[in-house]
Amino acid sequence: MEECLVEYFRTQMRTDPDMASAVAAIRTLLEFLRRDKGETILGLRESLKWATDCLTEVDSSVAVSSGGELFLRFISLTSLEHQDLSRCKKVMEERGELFLEKISLSRTKVAKLCHTFIKDGAKILTHSSSRVVLRVLEKAAAEKKRFTVYVTESQPDTAGKQMADALRRLNVPVTVVLDAAVGYVLEKVDLVIVGAEGVVESGGIINKIGTYQMAVCSKAHNKPFYVVAESFKFVRLYPLNQQDVPDRFKYKADTLRTVSDLSDEHPMIDYTPPSLITLLFTDLGVLTPSAVSDELIKLYL
Amino acid sequence: MYHRYVVVALSRRKPNEGKELTKEEKQRLRKQKKHQKKQKERKNEKGPSETEKDKTPVSLLPPPQPVATQKAPSALPAPASAPIPVPASAPFHSSPAPSPADKPAKSKAELKAERRARQETDRAAKQPGSSSSGIKTKVPLSELNPVVKRLPEHVQVDDPAVVKRLAKKLERQQIPLRSDYGYKVSLFSHLHQYSRKAPLTQLLSIPSTVIHPSIVRLGLQYSQGIVAGSNARSVALLHAFKQVIRDYTTPPNEELSRDLVNKLKPYISFLNQCRPLSASMGNAIKYIKKEISNIPSQCKEEEAKTKLLTCIDRSSLVNNILCEAFEKSRKFRVIVVDSRPRLEGREALRRLVQRGISCTYVLISALSYILPEVSKVFLGAHALLANGYVMSRVGTSQIALVARTYNVPVLVCCETYKFCERVQTDSFVSNELDDPDDLMVTRKGKTQLENWQDVSSLGLLNLVYDVTPPDFVDLVITDLGMIPCTSVPVVLRVKNLDQ
Repeated sequence: MEECLVEYFRTQMRTDPDMASAVAAIRTLLEFLRRDKGETILGLRESLKWATDCLTEVDSSVAVSSGGELFLRFISLTSLEHQDLSRCKKVMEERGELFLEKISLSRTKVAKLCHTFIKDGAKILTHSSSRVVLRVLEKAAAEKKRFTVYVTESQPDTAGKQMADALRRLNVPVTVVLDAAVGYVLEKVDLVIVGAEGVVESGGIINKIGTYQMAVCSKAHNKPFYVVAESFKFVRLYPLNQQDVPDRFKYKADTLRTVSDLSDEHPMIDYTPPSLITLLFTDLGVLTPSAVSDELIKLYL
Repeated sequence: MYHRYVVVALSRRKPNEGKELTKEEKQRLRKQKKHQKKQKERKNEKGPSETEKDKTPVSLLPPPQPVATQKAPSALPAPASAPIPVPASAPFHSSPAPSPADKPAKSKAELKAERRARQETDRAAKQPGSSSSGIKTKVPLSELNPVVKRLPEHVQVDDPAVVKRLAKKLERQQIPLRSDYGYKVSLFSHLHQYSRKAPLTQLLSIPSTVIHPSIVRLGLQYSQGIVAGSNARSVALLHAFKQVIRDYTTPPNEELSRDLVNKLKPYISFLNQCRPLSASMGNAIKYIKKEISNIPSQCKEEEAKTKLLTCIDRSSLVNNILCEAFEKSRKFRVIVVDSRPRLEGREALRRLVQRGISCTYVLISALSYILPEVSKVFLGAHALLANGYVMSRVGTSQIALVARTYNVPVLVCCETYKFCERVQTDSFVSNELDDPDDLMVTRKGKTQLENWQDVSSLGLLNLVYDVTPPDFVDLVITDLGMIPCTSVPVVLRVKNLDQ
C-alpha cells in the first residue's frame, strides 16, 4: 500500500517537473481518497493522515506537510451530513478536485501580482532555484521588461545553476554568484525576490539555507526583500529562532532515515524572521508579514 | 492630547479641587426641583409610562438613562449622550462622543423630550422578542457610515471644567471625591495622585446607604494595595458583584434589567475613585452590564438573579505557565526580575521556589548583566491595546527593549479578556500615579526623602504602568493560541463577531 502511494507520488513529480511537490502530494492524496475502501469517515480521515505522513517521509519539505493538512481541512470543511458513505466520499472528491484546481492556478496569480513590482531596467537578486520566482520572471519578461538577474549558487546542491539555465532560455541576462558574495553584490541590486518552502504564523519564512543571510544583508542595505509563495505553504508553526524549527523539516528525508546523529549533518533550510521581510506575494493577495497571521486564522479556522 | 506638555509646564502647585461632602438636604432639594420640572414637562408632552419617570427620593438615578453604557465620567447628565439599551461593545453607538467642551445648544426641556422619544423607539425595538443581539444586527457589518466608537474619556485632572463635572457627577451619586496628594511632576499633572494614608472610605458615612458593603471593602482593598494585579482585581470585582446581585431586590415599579445597571454605576465610580479601573476590569464590567440588560423584562426576580450569578461564575499567569512546565519535567532555570517600590517579584519567587524550580533573583538594574545567559523572556500583561502595544507594569518595556538588543525572544502571556479597543503609543497619555510616599526608603533609621514636600523644586513620581511597542514583542500567548503582537485587532474582531 505504502509503496503504491510513494510510487504514484514519484511518478507525478517526474511527469511534471514544474509542479510543486506539495501539488504532487495533494494529487496523490486525492487518488488515494478515490481508491480508498474505508467504511467510516473517521477511518477515512485517519488513513489520509497516515498517507500524508508517508509522503513527508519521502519528501521532508514543509510544503508537503502543510499542503496535506490544508487539503484535509478543505475537504472536510463542509459538514458531511449525508448518511451514505459513498455520497460523502463523492463530495470530498469533488472538493478535493476543486482545491487542486485552485492551487494549480495560484502560481499564475502570484506572477500577475508580482511582476508589476519589477521596473524596467531593474537588477534582481534571487536565491537558489524556485519555480515560483521563475514564473514571476517569465511574466515580467513577457511584459517586455528588461532586467538582469543575479542568482546565488546555493550549495550544497548548486541548485542555482539550474535557475540560471532556465533564465538563459528566456534570454534574460543572468549571473551566478557565490553564496559568500551576497553582501558584495547587494549594492548593485535593486530588489531581492525569493521563494519560500513554508510561511509560518509570525509572517516569517522557511527557505533554502542562505536566505536568512540574504535577508539580513538586504536589511542592512535597505533593499526591499520580497517573498513569493502560494497559500498552501502557510504552515502552523511559530519558530522564534533558528533552533525552534523542527528537525524533520531541516534535513532531507533520506538523511533523517539513515543518519542517527544529526549534529554532523548540515541543515538544508533556515528561518527568516518577519522583521526582515518587506512584502509577501501570495494568491490571497499582497500581504505584509503581520497580515499573514490574519490569513492563517481565516484558512485554518 | 499632545499639546498638554507645553501648556502645563508652567504651573506648579495647583489648588486642590476637592469639594466638600454633599449634605443630604442639598441632594433632596435638588431632586425635588428636578421632579417638579419633570412634572411640568410631562403635562406638556404626554410622555410614556409613569414607571420610568417615577423618582423616589432614595433613587440615585440621573434622569432617563435606562441602561448606561460606558463607565466614562461623563458628568453632563445626558444632553450629549444618547441612552443605549445595550452596553456591550460600542460599535453601534451612533451619537457623538461627549467632548469636554460640549455645551447643550437646545434647552433642557427639548433635550429631555428628544431623549424620551429615542428611548421609546429603542424600547419598542427591544421588545418584540429581540434581545440585545437583535439590536446589534441593526448595525450590520456592511454599514457604510463609520460608527463612532465611544472610548472612556481620558483623565484630565488639570482641566478645571472636567474636574468640576466629575465632582458634580460624584455629588449626585453621593460618593466622596478623593483629593490629590502632594506635588505632581508637570508632565503627569493630568493624572490623579492619591495618598495611601487617606483612603476614600474615611470620608464615607457609616452605614453607607449608597454603596454596598462588599464594594466598600473591595474599594479599600484596592486603594491599600491588598488586592493587586489585574487578574486578582478582576476576580475580586466579580465576586463582589455576585454578592451585590444576591442582596439586590427590585424596587416597585422598576425593571431589574435597568435598575440594577443604574445601581452599579455609583459603585463603579466609587471603585474608580479608590483606584483607577484596569482594562480587564473594564471588560468585566461591560460584560456584566450586557448580561444584565439582556435579561428579558418578563423574567422573575429570582430567576434573573440566578441567571446572572451563573454567568459570572469561569502574572499569576506566567507563574502558572512555569509551574506547569516544571511538572512536565522540562529542565529550566528561572531568573525573576524585580523592581521597587512594589517588589512584586518576591511573591512570584516564593511560589516558584516552593515548587522546587531553581531560581535566581535580580533587580531590574542588573538586567544587562544577566541577559546574555537568558534564552527566553516571559512577561505578563495588564492589557493589550488595539494597535498592538502591550500595557504592563512599569519596567516591562525596558526589559523588552534590552532583550531585543540581545536578540532574546520576548513572549507576552495575556488572556483575551484583557484585549481592549484603546490605542496608545506612549506611557504619558493614560497611566496611573501611585502614592509618591512609597518611594521613600528608611535605611539605618534615616529616611532621606522624609521632608520631600518642603523642598519646592522636588517631585516624586511613582508610575504604575508603561506601554511596550509591538516591535519588541515576538509572540503573544493567549487562550486562543499563539499570535503575533500585531494581530490583536484580528482577535478583537473575531470576538466581537462571536458576541
